Amino acid sequence: MGKQKLSSKGVQNSGCTKATLWWFYLVAACIKVLLFPSYRSTDFEVHRNWLAVTHSLPLSQWYFDETSPWTLDYPPFFAHFEHFLSMFAHLIDPKIVHLQEGLNYSANTVVYFQRGTVILSDLCLLYGVYRLTRNLDSRKQKLIWLSAIWSPMLFIVDHVHFQYNGFLIGILLISLSYLEEGRDLLGGFFFAVLLCLKHLFAVAAPVYFVYLLRHYCRGGIGRGFTRLLIMGGMVAAVFAAAFGPFFHLGQIQQVIRRLFPFGRGLCHAYWAPNFWVFYIMSDKGLAFILRRLGFNVQTPTATFTAGLVGDSSPFSVLPQVTPLVTFMMVLLALSPCLLKAWKDPKPQMISRWVAYAYACGFLFGWHVHEKASLHFVIPLAIVAVQTLEDAKHYFLLSIVSCYSLFPLLFEAQEYPIKVLLLLLHSILMWSGFSAQFPDGAETARAPTGHHTEKKVDQRKSNGGFVIGWIERMYLIGLVIVEIWGQFLHPLLLGDKLAFAPLMLISIYCALGIMYSWIWQLTFIVTSP
Amino acid sequence: MKGKGTSDTVSVVDGDGNQCCWWWWLVHKGTTTTFLIVGLFALLVRAAVSLHPYSGFANPPKFGDYEAQRHWMEITINLPIQEWYRNSTSNDLSYWGLDYPPLTAYQSFIHGLFLRFVHPESVSLFTSRGHESYLGKLLMRWTVLSSDLLILFPAVLYFVIVRYGQPSRSRKSDIGWHIAMLLLNPCLILIDHGHFQYNCISLGFTIGAVAGVLSGKDLVACVLYCLALNHKQMSAYFAPAFFSHLLGKCLRRKHPLLEVSKLGFYVLGTFAAVWWPYLYSKDSILEVLSRLAPFERGIFEDYVANFWCASSIIFKWKRLFRSESLRILSLTATVITCLPSMIQQIKSPSNRGFLYGLLNCSFAFYLFSFQVHEKSILLPLLPASLLAMEEPFIFKWFMQFAMLSMFPLICRDGLVVPYFALLALFILIFDAPGQQRVKEGNYLYNYLGATTVRLVLFCYFILHIVYLTMNPPEKYPFLFEAIIMNVCFSQFVLVTLGCNIKQWVLNKPTKLEVDKKFI
Repeated sequence: MGKQKLSSKGVQNSGCTKATLWWFYLVAACIKVLLFPSYRSTDFEVHRNWLAVTHSLPLSQWYFDETSPWTLDYPPFFAHFEHFLSMFAHLIDPKIVHLQEGLNYSANTVVYFQRGTVILSDLCLLYGVYRLTRNLDSRKQKLIWLSAIWSPMLFIVDHVHFQYNGFLIGILLISLSYLEEGRDLLGGFFFAVLLCLKHLFAVAAPVYFVYLLRHYCRGGIGRGFTRLLIMGGMVAAVFAAAFGPFFHLGQIQQVIRRLFPFGRGLCHAYWAPNFWVFYIMSDKGLAFILRRLGFNVQTPTATFTAGLVGDSSPFSVLPQVTPLVTFMMVLLALSPCLLKAWKDPKPQMISRWVAYAYACGFLFGWHVHEKASLHFVIPLAIVAVQTLEDAKHYFLLSIVSCYSLFPLLFEAQEYPIKVLLLLLHSILMWSGFSAQFPDGAETARAPTGHHTEKKVDQRKSNGGFVIGWIERMYLIGLVIVEIWGQFLHPLLLGDKLAFAPLMLISIYCALGIMYSWIWQLTFIVTSP
Repeated sequence: MKGKGTSDTVSVVDGDGNQCCWWWWLVHKGTTTTFLIVGLFALLVRAAVSLHPYSGFANPPKFGDYEAQRHWMEITINLPIQEWYRNSTSNDLSYWGLDYPPLTAYQSFIHGLFLRFVHPESVSLFTSRGHESYLGKLLMRWTVLSSDLLILFPAVLYFVIVRYGQPSRSRKSDIGWHIAMLLLNPCLILIDHGHFQYNCISLGFTIGAVAGVLSGKDLVACVLYCLALNHKQMSAYFAPAFFSHLLGKCLRRKHPLLEVSKLGFYVLGTFAAVWWPYLYSKDSILEVLSRLAPFERGIFEDYVANFWCASSIIFKWKRLFRSESLRILSLTATVITCLPSMIQQIKSPSNRGFLYGLLNCSFAFYLFSFQVHEKSILLPLLPASLLAMEEPFIFKWFMQFAMLSMFPLICRDGLVVPYFALLALFILIFDAPGQQRVKEGNYLYNYLGATTVRLVLFCYFILHIVYLTMNPPEKYPFLFEAIIMNVCFSQFVLVTLGCNIKQWVLNKPTKLEVDKKFI
């Protein structure tokens, strides 16, 4: 359906729209405030330390300080962001920003302050969502807000586990909204800023590059070249503002070393549900079968998570995976999308392409965190209301990826919270999508709006929001996996095979994410 | 029951469609799904509040209500049932002795079994006193969550189904709003899941009883109300309302005496069933009863926004009168203030009048009875929340000051953050966008006037800030508490006066007919 153009009523409603958007944000903020005393990961101390580093030390020391093991490993703009926050932190409690005394500081002041900054920085997400949805009709808007602003994944990762993903994804959404409006220069600018905040977002850079090259720099060689120069100059300026000072100080190598720690392994401590899970599992399976058949298979000494220790491979049968291989695979997976973007750079498709790029990065990337699934789930929430197929896909994807975050909150105290968040999200999505895409019987009862006729046609051809039996079986399986991991496994096997439940979650969610990736790929390839 | 004329309805048609747009995603599947969504959200809020500290956290030697409840679990699972209320070497009644009716004891027993199964140290006899641990807190919190889920939530669903029998009649989003108002009562959540108590059980039974009365199932209502009464004796605040309404109804039937005796039989039966283990001798009954009546305590404790505490600034009641005469004085005052609404219900019982009667009677008890806790404000709040659709302004006004009246207690418990979050959440959901409800066109609002309302609200927020940030003068260490309590008391009096008048205005035959048609 694409975007509905602003109707006259929409203009009148815009004040009302903003009020509703604020309402969604504030309700979420209340819950986030209630979550203040919940479990927080070491990321909390990481960010506190960065506050201290940026506040107590001059710029030239930021990337050298090693007082705490949690050294600064985000790009300079994020360090500046922390520096900005640290000014307020200093006013509230000077101990927060003290380099030595502040280590592992856990008084209420620091908890409330840092958690508060995450809630406030979510305003960025709010603005991004607002920009992307302001021209949609009001029902779609609400559905998007439900899934993006009340995203259970953001609650789990940002407000319990502790990170600033809402802020960063907000900037991504702002960038996407400018691209959708055709204001490519600003879109490129915000993406460049995003890269200088967190370099992991660079996975989508090829998509951006191809899209901007073909969409912004079109219209003859001369005009294209000028525009390329403008865009290139702008991006270069952003990067210069970020990295220039360090370049000037001659520390650029140190900064790069911090940003790209290649000492880490293929997988994170908890395996993110991606392609490599299958690779590792088939390696184990093959080794087991070969051993049974009488072959002498060596048990590897290295582990997947610890990184490349010398030349020893963590795999017993399958070939070693290097960062370069993963890089090539990501590019290969991206190529159909890049081809599409090259052929026909349509602004309506950019959100999908970028989401797809992050999905590729998640599936095939090196040392992927399970949290990275946020990077494509939130942008996909924006397009989820466009067609019935999108809604079905997003419904499954958001549940699976949220479930894959469950191991992040491993303490019993947060168990009801994460389960309730996921349940609430699923039932809200189900109720919302069924309202948006009612089946034939319900169409008659749907309220009359200005787009009704169009919708009715579409609905008749598609049927209602019904989840297919494969998807339904898969979701039931998810419940079984959870019950097994939480209750049956400890009851039946005790402490034996303690890693098995986590592995099961990884493999099971990887199936769902693979499905989502294939679905996205098909959608992109087959889209006209 | 909209309080809205037909002429109003016509003008709302456009807004109606708009409203459907606002809440279509929430309500279009019907009441049950709406309830499920709001219920899950309410559970999430409860689970999040339960992360916060409880009363008496790390505060030996007496700790707080949390320790009391845990201690009751310890006593009930380790001692035979006859000794639960008896002072003995193994049951020191001066240390959080059981002082709630037997149903609370049974509930403690069941929860105690659960705790013993998972974490035996937390409920072992003697050694577990003052037990505080991560797992212990978690399990205790989960017992409240599950009680809420098992009793309050179904009761609310029952009430909503009874109250809005035909959803076509009232707009679906109104039902959703009312469910949210009932389930997201910030005071109840703070006290149960923050401070730590099990009010959800007795209040849940009461809501069930109210729904029973509304649907005409008086016998069910009787049993449920007796259960509420046997869980917390405080539920007696509602007794005059139930009594007068049911009596009034019986008197209108063919065989009034038979009807009354039938109800009496059910009441006695329920009581007998709950008190069965103690019915073997008169002494044992008296033993339990003496534990339930806290007459040895003063007329009020700490600071509570009722008449005795508010007026004690001028009259030092505790010094002027002996405890016995105070008891009689408070009883007389309570009965007198209950009477108007009781008489109204006996004269012309109606469903709507019954809800007002519940509010007025419980308010009379809160304002004038003996030994009232600040937490007892939950009881008048319950009928107010049941009336939220008819009296949105009064409900909101009352809720805000009920919260304020508990603020000093909440500060002691270290629950300031959830207090403000829940208050904000309540106001946000109360004033959720897309509502066409006329909230301000209320007699109390008109009486106060817009300027006064704003002024009072301004003072309301200033009071919070002052209480949090400033130290009281040394000469009057409880100055701020006294101010808060007097402000709250004045507003409570306004609310109950307004509702008493409203109940009597209802007493017109035409109104009654309208009433019957709508409920």
